[in-house]
Amino acid sequence: MNNTPTFQLDGADVPFESGQTVMQAALAAGHYIPHLCYHPEFKPHGSCKLCTVKVGGRTAASCTMPAEAGLEIESDIEELNALRRTLVQMLFAEGNHFCPSCEKSGNCMLQALGYDLEVHTAGFRHLYPDRPLDASHPDILLDFNRCILCELCVRASSEVDGKNVFALAGRGITKHLIVNAESGLLNDTDIELSDKAMQVCPVGVILKKRVGFSQPIGERRYDKRPISAQALDDAPRPPAGAQHE
Amino acid sequence: MESDVDLHAAYLDPILDRYGCAATNLLQILREAQEHYGYIHPDAINYLIAKLQVPRIRIESVATFYSFFHLQPHGEYRVLFSDNITDRMLGSIELMQKMCQQLWVEPGKMSEDGLVSIGTSSCTGMCDQGPAMLMNGRAITHLTHQRVQEIGHLIRNRTPLADWPADFFRVQDNIRRKGLLLGNTLARGDALCAALVLGAQNIVESIKTSGLRGRGGAGFPTGLKWEACRNAAGTVKHVICNADEGEPGTFKDRVLLTSHADLVFDGMTLCALAVGAQQGYLYLRGEYRYLLEPLQAVLQRRREANLLGKNILGHAGFDFDIAIHLGAGAYICGEESALIESLEGKRGVPRNRPPFPVTHGYMQQPTALDNVETFCQAALAIQMGAENYRAIGTAKSTGSKLISVSGDCPRPGIYEYPFGVTVREILQDCGAVNTRAVQISGPSGICVAESEFHRKLGFEDLPTAGAFMVFDDSRDMFEVARNFVHFFAHESCGFCTPCRVGTSMLKQTMDKIAEGHGTKYDLSEVENLDHVLQTSSHCGLGRTACNPVLHTLKHFRPVYEKRLKSLDFEPAFDLDGALARARQMTGRDDAGAHIKAEEI
Repeated sequence: MNNTPTFQLDGADVPFESGQTVMQAALAAGHYIPHLCYHPEFKPHGSCKLCTVKVGGRTAASCTMPAEAGLEIESDIEELNALRRTLVQMLFAEGNHFCPSCEKSGNCMLQALGYDLEVHTAGFRHLYPDRPLDASHPDILLDFNRCILCELCVRASSEVDGKNVFALAGRGITKHLIVNAESGLLNDTDIELSDKAMQVCPVGVILKKRVGFSQPIGERRYDKRPISAQALDDAPRPPAGAQHE
Repeated sequence: MESDVDLHAAYLDPILDRYGCAATNLLQILREAQEHYGYIHPDAINYLIAKLQVPRIRIESVATFYSFFHLQPHGEYRVLFSDNITDRMLGSIELMQKMCQQLWVEPGKMSEDGLVSIGTSSCTGMCDQGPAMLMNGRAITHLTHQRVQEIGHLIRNRTPLADWPADFFRVQDNIRRKGLLLGNTLARGDALCAALVLGAQNIVESIKTSGLRGRGGAGFPTGLKWEACRNAAGTVKHVICNADEGEPGTFKDRVLLTSHADLVFDGMTLCALAVGAQQGYLYLRGEYRYLLEPLQAVLQRRREANLLGKNILGHAGFDFDIAIHLGAGAYICGEESALIESLEGKRGVPRNRPPFPVTHGYMQQPTALDNVETFCQAALAIQMGAENYRAIGTAKSTGSKLISVSGDCPRPGIYEYPFGVTVREILQDCGAVNTRAVQISGPSGICVAESEFHRKLGFEDLPTAGAFMVFDDSRDMFEVARNFVHFFAHESCGFCTPCRVGTSMLKQTMDKIAEGHGTKYDLSEVENLDHVLQTSSHCGLGRTACNPVLHTLKHFRPVYEKRLKSLDFEPAFDLDGALARARQMTGRDDAGAHIKAEEI
């Protein structure tokens, strides 16, 4: 009756529209593929590699891989989940993450993925980088210790807010988030609480002051249901004017 | 305040003029701006923000990506010792320590009087005449204790670089064996004339027939690349020559650009004719800064001979010119899409592919991007005819290959062979004896041991970008691998999680083994890391970063095992090491200032 093209994801047929990536089509159809740097409202860039899937024996980041009819994709298999476990361990080891005292606990995607993928051990020797807080702004706190360098705030600030408040500096393991001010302090940027960049951090870097812990830990998003069970909530909303309309 | 702005405007305005005040030229603008003070002055950044209309964050994010840019003062004299394993084998570490003592500085830090800083840099491409260093960006070769001491005196006396002995800066070609490329007697423009007779379509067909494959290492068929670029939609197209020769142990492109630059540019120009490009770029690695002026002079002579410019050699509508862009110390920019990003004035982060550069390259326009040697070989193939060309070499690897030989041999330098030459033949020609291993194609390539010296260089067996580092039986292959692992960690662009964190974890593991705390568990962890890096890295850097360890483990496992503790696991925390800072502060290094292993 319809000739919507499909590909297979772990044996299930997933319909897609031209221009969609594997991740976009999968989420739209309610299939979860673990991810951190992907966000339905921004152009995918594929840096966290959590969404790595297997196609015909090769691996690729599903958030940037164009969907094609007839692809046979494997995602929820032990080999890839083991890979994802290691990647999550790497992100934990790279920054300074103290979940029990973190304001983002229960709402944090990194933590939620850790639970969901059953990351039981540290795996690596932690690097304990020195990343001072930026509390200069009256309403916003930046805790760089938790940054996973996903660039969502960078993309939100430039693509949606039109501001360029955030960017990444440095290279390799010294790569870090910076803000757009000669002083290097957030208070000297033009960030506002209403900015999109305020809403997209998957971990606990960008925090609104004076509202910490207003929702008790234990009652938060990923406290209730595992992140993989909430795939549809992350389904892509096509950008205005695109595709359907 | 006003005068400060004037101060910077005076040297920045001409630079901005030269680069059309365009943010796409940010890398070149920053490079030239830095040449004024030895670092990019904060007021200069403010001036550039206003003139280029870019956010501050763009400049900071780009500048901090490249090793050669400094946003803080870094010394009037900035010394960088080349840190390839071949430099180390020639004693570079000891020389650096001596120089640090002589000038009272710590490695990596600037002296308190702001006079000098001394540090290390990834391979500077002088492996056949090392140990080498970069002195304010200029290459100095053949370092000896005496030369290093003289350099120390010159620095202390604040002698301007222009007054240093010219001999210090002499770079030799060291061509040891010539073939069709290095032995060519073509005059400037000969190959281009042959190409003009063929015409655009036939150039592509000829290159396809010749069987020419990319000489940068990957070996993609050049003809197919040019054809795809020629057929790509769009009228504005580009030709880029990848002269970001960063693979440690490789220096053939340096020699080609020194002694066969016209052939390189002939190749680029006939490529432009074939694909329909109007503009060409030579992306020259920052380490070869000294080649900039000579190359610009070559380009100027070509313009005067109408080999570049409008209506080249009288062919109406054949317009093409070449600009030179310098890199700034980032190995990753040798990856083609990272190179294009860098050329656009951005951080050198590899792009997601598809789309590929042939359709969406520089400025998202169709781009033919090839290695220096590939352009030379293309020019030769056109000149001598495709059939004649493909008769050389092997079935799947036609033509010749330049090999950069360095390490333990009496005759290091450039050797040209038809593809299919064995490792053993090269070892004999360069005079190597008691060879334990050869690292083919650099750290990302393959380490072969004696049992494999019969293997042939070529895409059928041992693909290579040209590096050939020889290690004799006095060398510790563990230290070779550790040097390469440090290199990858330093050069990872940091975009993707597995490479950014994985290369650092690998470095940590190798250091742990070197310090005598390694266990069998660590070796198995290397294999696990390799799997993660292989399967999920964004580009080839991450995918090959474990190769040095895996290959040396395969051939020389005992050099790892003799360092291991017999335990299955041992924490990396080093109690005695933790006291190092206290020892430094108190100036003590006696037995009482150490914790012995038994006490722990």
